[in-house]
Amino acid sequence: MSETPTPAPPAFDPAEAGKFFFQHGHSGWLGLRYTDHADNWVELELPWREDLLGEPHSSVLASGPIVSLMDMASGMAIWQTAKTFVPIATLDLRVDYQRPARERASVFGRVECYRTTRSAAFVRGVAHDGDPEDPVAHVAGVFMTIAADPRSKDKPGSKRDG
Amino acid sequence: MADTAPDHSLPAYARSLGIRVERIENDLPVLTVEFGPNVEGRPGAFHGGATAGLLENAGYAALRTVLLSEGREPVLKPINITVQYLSAGKQKPTFALGRITRLGRRNANISVEAWQDDRDRPIATAIMNILMA
Repeated sequence: MSETPTPAPPAFDPAEAGKFFFQHGHSGWLGLRYTDHADNWVELELPWREDLLGEPHSSVLASGPIVSLMDMASGMAIWQTAKTFVPIATLDLRVDYQRPARERASVFGRVECYRTTRSAAFVRGVAHDGDPEDPVAHVAGVFMTIAADPRSKDKPGSKRDG
Repeated sequence: MADTAPDHSLPAYARSLGIRVERIENDLPVLTVEFGPNVEGRPGAFHGGATAGLLENAGYAALRTVLLSEGREPVLKPINITVQYLSAGKQKPTFALGRITRLGRRNANISVEAWQDDRDRPIATAIMNILMA
C-alpha cells in the first residue's frame, strides 16, 4: 500500500470540513457557516452583513454572495454524496432568482447532488431565508472531477456511481 | 458625459470584495479585482463565487451605464445568471466586461466575459437576464 499524498480524511464530514473551509479565503471572508446535511445534500448559511449589500438604498444581500454560497454548498454536497473529498471544478452554475431575500436576513443555501458519473456531478438546490418551501432562488449546476495525480497508483474508492 | 465611472457607483458588496472600475472601453466599464485572500477558493486560485461576483457586477455596470446614457434609471432586479467556468483563475488580476445583447423596455439580456492575461482566452463567461422596474 502506498502513501497517498493528500491528508484527506477517509469519510467526508460537512460540519468538520466547514470548520476548516470557512476559516480561509473567499468562504471565510463571506462568513459562511455549516447548518445541516443529509445523505446527498448540505446546507450552509450566509449571514447578513452590511458590506455585502447589492443596492445603495436597500438592506438586501447582493446576489453575488448568494452565487458563492450556492457554489460552496454544491461542492460540499458532492463530497457528502461521494463520502469523500475529491478535487472538483465548477463547469456551469445557473441561479434563478425568485425574489429578494428579506432585509437583514441570513440566506441559506441547500444543495443536493442528484447524480454523479465517472467525471461529472450534477447538483440542484434552493437559497432561502428561513423557509425552504419559499425559496429566494433556485440553482442548478454541473461540476467536473479533476483527474487524480497519475503518479499515485493506489486510488481510494472515491466514486460511487449510481 | 463623464468618461470615468467613479468606483462609488459600485455596490457595497463589489467595493468590499475589492472590485473597481479599471477603465472605460467603448463607453462601457471594465471591472477588475486583484487576487487575494478575499477571492481565493482552492489554494492559489480564484473562488468560482468570486469570479461570478465580478461577472455579475460587470453585467450590472454595463447595463447601468447604457441606461444612464438614455436618461433611464430604473430599479434593476436579477432574473437569472448562468456562469460557465472555462479555466481556473490564477494568482493575478481578473478583468470583466459586460455587453448588452438586447435592451428592451422591461428586460435586458447581457453577456459578460472575464479574463486574466489574454483577452482572447476568457476564464469565465456569464449570461444574465435583468428585469427593469
